[in-house]
Amino acid sequence: MNANEIRKQIIEGIYAAKSGHPGGSLSIADIMSVLFFEEMNVDPKNPKDPNRDRFVLSKGHAAPALYAALALKGYFDVEDIKTLRKTESFLQGHPCLNKIPGVDMSTGSLGQGLSAANGMAICGKYDKKDYRVYVICGDGEIQEGQIWEAAMTSAHYKLDNLTLFVDINGLQIDGPTTEVMNVANVANKFDAFGWNTIEIDGHNDAEIRAAIAKAKAHKGQPTAIIAQTIKGKGVSFMENQLGFHGAAPNDEQYKMAIKELGGN
Amino acid sequence: MATPTREAYGRALAKFGHDKDFFVLDADLAKATQTIFFKNEFPERFFDMGISEGDMMTTAAGMATCGKKVFASTFAIFAAGRAYEQVRNSIAYPNLPVVIGATHGGVMIGEDGASHQAIEDISLMRTIPNMTVVVPADAISTTQIVEQAIDFKTPLYIRTGRGASSDIYNEADKITIGKGNVLKDGKDLTIIAIGDLVYEALQAAEQLEQQGVSAAVIDMHTVKPIDRDLVCEYAKKTHKIITAEDHSIIGGLGSAVAEILAETGDATLKRLGVNDTFGKSGTRSELQEYFKLNVKGILELAK
Repeated sequence: MNANEIRKQIIEGIYAAKSGHPGGSLSIADIMSVLFFEEMNVDPKNPKDPNRDRFVLSKGHAAPALYAALALKGYFDVEDIKTLRKTESFLQGHPCLNKIPGVDMSTGSLGQGLSAANGMAICGKYDKKDYRVYVICGDGEIQEGQIWEAAMTSAHYKLDNLTLFVDINGLQIDGPTTEVMNVANVANKFDAFGWNTIEIDGHNDAEIRAAIAKAKAHKGQPTAIIAQTIKGKGVSFMENQLGFHGAAPNDEQYKMAIKELGGN
Repeated sequence: MATPTREAYGRALAKFGHDKDFFVLDADLAKATQTIFFKNEFPERFFDMGISEGDMMTTAAGMATCGKKVFASTFAIFAAGRAYEQVRNSIAYPNLPVVIGATHGGVMIGEDGASHQAIEDISLMRTIPNMTVVVPADAISTTQIVEQAIDFKTPLYIRTGRGASSDIYNEADKITIGKGNVLKDGKDLTIIAIGDLVYEALQAAEQLEQQGVSAAVIDMHTVKPIDRDLVCEYAKKTHKIITAEDHSIIGGLGSAVAEILAETGDATLKRLGVNDTFGKSGTRSELQEYFKLNVKGILELAK
């Protein structure tokens, strides 16, 4: 799956909803593409398969990216994406476990997804199942203290079946992370917490694939893949634009975005 | 006999752990919450999460998504207070069947003082959709509640106490989540109580009887969903209700009963509890006296 197909559906959903978070959804599209269409053992026909790989979108506001991947994978109709955030829709503003097939954990309140993923990974080890657990959190999100509580837990329980992507797009609502609350040296932080760390370009499929392969081969520690990304990636006028953290495109911007992404 | 309900909680986990497959999590308080009884017998199913209650609650939720029954234990102040938002968003919103085993509820925990005395936990948990809130009064009811908790399908908050709770029930008695227990019938007045105040209510009712006042006593262990039919029945029957709890008078049992009576208008209500103030250090009996969470306090409201 071309990540641009995911990006197109992100734009379609947020445009139809007239609200949502395009910037941080677009920045993880390449990771989502590799995970859902190459790597993860998941079956849209059997979304609750106990042996499936798990995915937790800890940065739940990037829900449009998750819904796009799920729809394109076949969990539900791609047309449903246009009902995002609407009263009658199952596609809630943030991922909801009980309403949306393929969503493994309700998220949206930042900082909680890694803890939930730890719970899944501990169960996998206890049940002697070989599924893997993937989590994506944001760089602003790691300002939440619970991420570091959870980071201790992942390492303490040696959850080598868990892989965390940290989406370093550098921007959060109030400004650049370096100005709001500097999270710098993210890899060093996870390393100090007892993790295996890998730094990559989060828009390079080959690097994403290679990092996942290394994470799977690494035993005794969880792996954090620190992915440098561009907020709004793929839509020129959204790239690195703080204003598109949580704002929908207008009619003209919508048309331009879809065109840039190779649509009509 | 008197046994701390937290001890009954820990022993029940260890007892039922033999036949049932569930996990127990704790946040470095296993010796206090008494989950140590379970830990000692089933170390492979016990996970210490360290001093990180928020992480513990969400980890429990993640386990529950994999079909595991989980009891997450810590003091009530941390379970309902520190980890409130994790309980709300990670457990209750996805409606996951996690049991929150909250020990050390109320001011009667004693010497640790206000920082550790949860007097808002029932209120906080009661307001969350999907959450059931249970406050057992003694060891036997705690054991039965834990047994039912293992197969409970939705989020459940169980609040136990620190000090020894006097026995209320016999082994043959049946305590069911969602059904209040009428411990003594009466026609002039109904005392609805939870936790350690149930014993005080029974003592108070005896004294009232000697004064010619016929007082009913109800153990309303399930504060949410409250046994509305039972409240309505006794409101109509006695027209006068007193609630008694080791919790703030705001948001707990007293409020739950008030919400019903405000709608039906069948009885007057007086609430015994902590009167919108923080607790303090002291022995359990001193604090019981100070906050009038005893027979005397109930009798004053019965006048």
